[in-house]
Amino acid sequence: MADYVIEMLNITKEFPGIKANDDVTLQLRRGEIHALLGENGAGKSTLMSVLFGLYQPEAGKILKDGQEVKIRNPNDATALHIGMVHQHFKLVECFTVLDNIILGAEPMSGPVVDRALARKKVVELSERYGLHIDPDAKIEDISVGMQQRVEILKMLYRENEILIFDEPTAVLTPQEIDELMDIMRGFKAEGKSILFITHKLAEIKAVADRCSVLRKGKYMGTVDVADTSVEKMSQLMVGRDVQLVAQKKECKPGDVVLEVEGITVASRVHKNNAVKDVSFNVRQGEIVCLAGIEGNGQTEFVYALTGLVKPVSGKVTMLGNDITKAKIRDRSKMGMSHIPEDRHKHGLVLDYSLEQNLVLQRYWEKEFQTAGFIKNGAVRDYANKLIKQYDVRSGQGPITTARSMSGGNQQKAIVAREIDKEPELLVAVQPTRGLDVGAIEYIHAQLIAQRDAGKAVLLVSLELDEVMNLSDRILVMYEGEIVGEFDPKTTDVQTLGLYMAGAKRM
Amino acid sequence: MKKRLASPLANTKSGLASLSSSILCILIGLVVGFILLVVLAWITMIQEGQSFTFSELINTVIDNGLTPMLHGGFYEKSNAMGMGVRTELLKTAPLILTGLSVAFAFKTGLFNIGAAGQYTVGAFGALLCAIIFQWPWWACLIASALFGALWGAFPGIFKAFLNVNEVITAIMFNWIGLYAVNTIMYDKGSSPMFNALKSKTYELSQKSPDSIIPTFNVEVGGKDYFSPMREPSIAIFIAIAVAIVIWVIIKKTTFGYELKACGHNKDAAKYAGINDKKNIILSMVIAGALAGLGAGLYYLTGTKEWEPMQSTALPADGFNGISVALLASSNPLGTIFSALFISHITLGGTFMEAKLFPQEVADIVSGVVIYLCAFSMLFKGAVMKLLSGKQKENVNAEVTVAAPGADDGKEDEA
Amino acid sequence: MWLLIKYTLLYSAVLTLVALGGMFSERSGIINIALEGIMTIGGLIGIVMVNIMNATGAPVFVGVAVAIIASGLAGLIYSTLLAFSAINLKADQTIGGTALNLLATAIAMVVAKRINGTDSPKLIYNQNSNDVLNNLHFNFKVGPLQLNWFIIICIAAIALSWFILYRTRFGMRLMACGEHPQAADSVGINVYKMRWAGVMISGVLGGIGGMAYIVPAVGDWNFEVGVMGMGFLALAVMIFGQWKPLNIAAAAVFFAFFRALANIFDSFAFLKALDLQKEVYNMMPFIASMVVLALTSKKSRAPKAEGIPYDKGQR
Repeated sequence: MADYVIEMLNITKEFPGIKANDDVTLQLRRGEIHALLGENGAGKSTLMSVLFGLYQPEAGKILKDGQEVKIRNPNDATALHIGMVHQHFKLVECFTVLDNIILGAEPMSGPVVDRALARKKVVELSERYGLHIDPDAKIEDISVGMQQRVEILKMLYRENEILIFDEPTAVLTPQEIDELMDIMRGFKAEGKSILFITHKLAEIKAVADRCSVLRKGKYMGTVDVADTSVEKMSQLMVGRDVQLVAQKKECKPGDVVLEVEGITVASRVHKNNAVKDVSFNVRQGEIVCLAGIEGNGQTEFVYALTGLVKPVSGKVTMLGNDITKAKIRDRSKMGMSHIPEDRHKHGLVLDYSLEQNLVLQRYWEKEFQTAGFIKNGAVRDYANKLIKQYDVRSGQGPITTARSMSGGNQQKAIVAREIDKEPELLVAVQPTRGLDVGAIEYIHAQLIAQRDAGKAVLLVSLELDEVMNLSDRILVMYEGEIVGEFDPKTTDVQTLGLYMAGAKRM
Repeated sequence: MKKRLASPLANTKSGLASLSSSILCILIGLVVGFILLVVLAWITMIQEGQSFTFSELINTVIDNGLTPMLHGGFYEKSNAMGMGVRTELLKTAPLILTGLSVAFAFKTGLFNIGAAGQYTVGAFGALLCAIIFQWPWWACLIASALFGALWGAFPGIFKAFLNVNEVITAIMFNWIGLYAVNTIMYDKGSSPMFNALKSKTYELSQKSPDSIIPTFNVEVGGKDYFSPMREPSIAIFIAIAVAIVIWVIIKKTTFGYELKACGHNKDAAKYAGINDKKNIILSMVIAGALAGLGAGLYYLTGTKEWEPMQSTALPADGFNGISVALLASSNPLGTIFSALFISHITLGGTFMEAKLFPQEVADIVSGVVIYLCAFSMLFKGAVMKLLSGKQKENVNAEVTVAAPGADDGKEDEA
Repeated sequence: MWLLIKYTLLYSAVLTLVALGGMFSERSGIINIALEGIMTIGGLIGIVMVNIMNATGAPVFVGVAVAIIASGLAGLIYSTLLAFSAINLKADQTIGGTALNLLATAIAMVVAKRINGTDSPKLIYNQNSNDVLNNLHFNFKVGPLQLNWFIIICIAAIALSWFILYRTRFGMRLMACGEHPQAADSVGINVYKMRWAGVMISGVLGGIGGMAYIVPAVGDWNFEVGVMGMGFLALAVMIFGQWKPLNIAAAAVFFAFFRALANIFDSFAFLKALDLQKEVYNMMPFIASMVVLALTSKKSRAPKAEGIPYDKGQR
């Protein structure tokens, strides 16, 4: 019998309206790196939250070293030496690195937190595992990669033996990912057991011993990574063969639609500028992609481009008009469409109905209002048209509350709204974030269709696969500057990675 | 407060759920009030050394406390020649307006705790134009709205341009407004608005009869219900008309669409090219105008004067507007009924046997109602569940909840 | 001049105590706009206890201590209403707090009227010079300067607050709950418990602060006005003090000075010469707070998670 350190047997976890985990089994061997593979929404995070005591399952049991255990809260998990690096880091931003590591497990001397003792232990750990950190830095001042190290140190500080990594590579550069893999191998060599949640097959191939696959909440099986092809795992995950490469015609760029000259944007977090002297253009019939690691100024740049914030300096010209100071509404009228990065923050009014959201950019047009009174009939007809044309699915059609729609359909609604405006320039920021493969394919096809129709498309993406697949030109952004321009046909991911990490620049 | 649901069916359900949760709040509030009355009566009777049975105690409470409070203006002993009803109508009109003021701001995601201050300044505007300029009543009403709007603009401007929470600003401006108005109206006794003989502002009937809002009467059984000298003001009809206008604005217009978009999601509104700063200010200005108009509808009836030396506390109508709005789930038409209810029990409270029951018991009921309304979403959710049975809303519904601390936390305010 | 110092110190103590209370609550993530009401209730019960202790004839020291403890306890109990609605029922904190403010004034009026047995909401706690215990016993003199016990309590509270917040495990965890409750929960901290603790501490300090405002300065109090917006000023002090104990103490002195002017303006010749009504001085601290908030708000850094109900199910 294999030596299992953790077994999750027949776990079922329901949320109102959906079974997030349906009879899922996961067995983790001592000293292995075990990947948990699945699409967005397949139930990976839910399963791990169950293991970590954040959720209680409706059915199923958990065994530690062959003994059944109840994990009611994170304290129980910690007591069982289970630790987790969450996808969204659980760090208090205004605390120091040290305070974050010891929070919840503070060493005391009398009534006072013994920070000196804690520091000794933390420094020792960080040196032993090569996780170099500054214990006195504040979280808000350090990079995302550093923050992840703090999360890892939190687990080590608690002497955890079972380490869960929830999508740890999403925020890292290719080089940082390699470093992380080394760290994980080091833990394995020490006999720690690792659960590695991801939807990236290459990473599994690189580091994992075995891999369990989830699809739509259901357990699809466990395979030995060494004996299984990437295609096979992909098929297990998605349930069909995936068209990983988008088909598109030769790029025939026309006139310049967007001209950006020397744009500089202030940061809202720190004193430096988030975007520094950025210049480029986008022409008709091409997809220009702004690539980079999260937090390197892309968000701020898009805010300045679309009018959500004012740039410190520089000039934006669209179709020959200076729009640097134009109002958002005027940019929209001029033919700028914007698929925003955060569909819940900017893209939708979640408590509005689908039809109200579909006219969010157009409710003021003559078609939809007379003398300030909204024409409900016209809105309804228009919404029905878009819903049909873009295949937006929802419970009650145009009157569904946006909040109750799935993420993919919410995004489709936004795409429909922005594309149906027939823009001259389409700014799409991480348009496929958090979506499943079907929705991703659909949205990619829409972007390419826009390009082929001779529109200018500016795509901002963190996913290198997406960048390589869709774009006609790639601009890499690092710390607010454009550090390189590439043709996707003549470059590779590794090269882009070096630029994205700031190791190289043109 | 109300989460808008789209379908006509869902709308009815949601409306029904709001209504039943409001009624639940009221019932619990009244039960608390009743228990309080029992305790008060019990203490008194013990103090006076009376011996009594439990049923005697309960009877005392019902006869001297609960009955007058629940009968409000219709309480027999106080309704000679329609007096009680008239007072209730007079007091309902301003409450509808302060309720609308709070409700309107809620729709834009703002909590207008400043209705009291806007009401105070609106009262000043009305009385200034009436006593000093002797304008006709409708002009004075407009003035009261404008003065209120001015006071409402401050929290709006502070919020939009300086990022100061509107609640804090509104509270500070409540006190600033109160002290400023008292200072001007009194001016050490030398203010031209101040009648030193009576220690309050001049009566309108004496200084400017044209500034008094007209009255009306109704026939019941072939004769006038109200005595000729004690006819109620048409202010109540003006208030109802304003409520309808506000309902139309919120429900049917692009302006309402924009305001609600700002209320639900400020960032999305901005993204859609809606000027959120303008909307915040405009929303507060309108809220202020409504509260100010409320004061006009009360102080221009000629039944009440301002007492600058006595008014050390902010006017209760302003704060009761919060209860009115919450009970109505911020529905403008609903404020008419919730205002009637609040003025009903508040007036009823004054008819209770004062020796036993201080009239503030009614305020306690009203306070309990607001307290309950703060988490009435909970009741509402429960009722909704009951109404929709086990029917699932949408199988596709997204499970992953927004990132920690992300969008909605504060939206519930709206 | 001694008078100005006396009143400035008196109001500084009030504002500091209450603002520290607000700080503990907001640091845990709960906006406590109910401080005004908590002060009212604390003051009410404190006064009632002064009169009761006066009647029992207990030694002055005991009477003073019992009355102060009673006011703190009353504030604590009243604050649980906020904690319950805001933490357990996830109610809107601002609306809940507003309800408690209105409720507090109403309760105080009812209680005061019933105690008096008349229609007057004014409680008197300085009947005559033969009192065993009245408001004057809360004061003592150091040279020409009159001080009161609440100033001593306040200084202790500042030191203790600083120590708790920055040195103890409790303080660290409390702040984590106000900044990032999900993070706190993920390392096994009970967010609900910590928030309850934060609100309850604010209740104790608010209650004592209410008594500190009413009792040492005057011999009777009309509860119609609650505590005249002092609780809201304390909120402004807390914001101006950036949720930090020492800054709060400094901010409190600034506001207290303005508040003190209203008490003593007619004893200064040049202020008297201005010939302004008392109301103008009453207005000053509120105007000052608006100016200060307007100037500092852009840089202001409130606890990140304040006002957002924490739901264990949603992470």
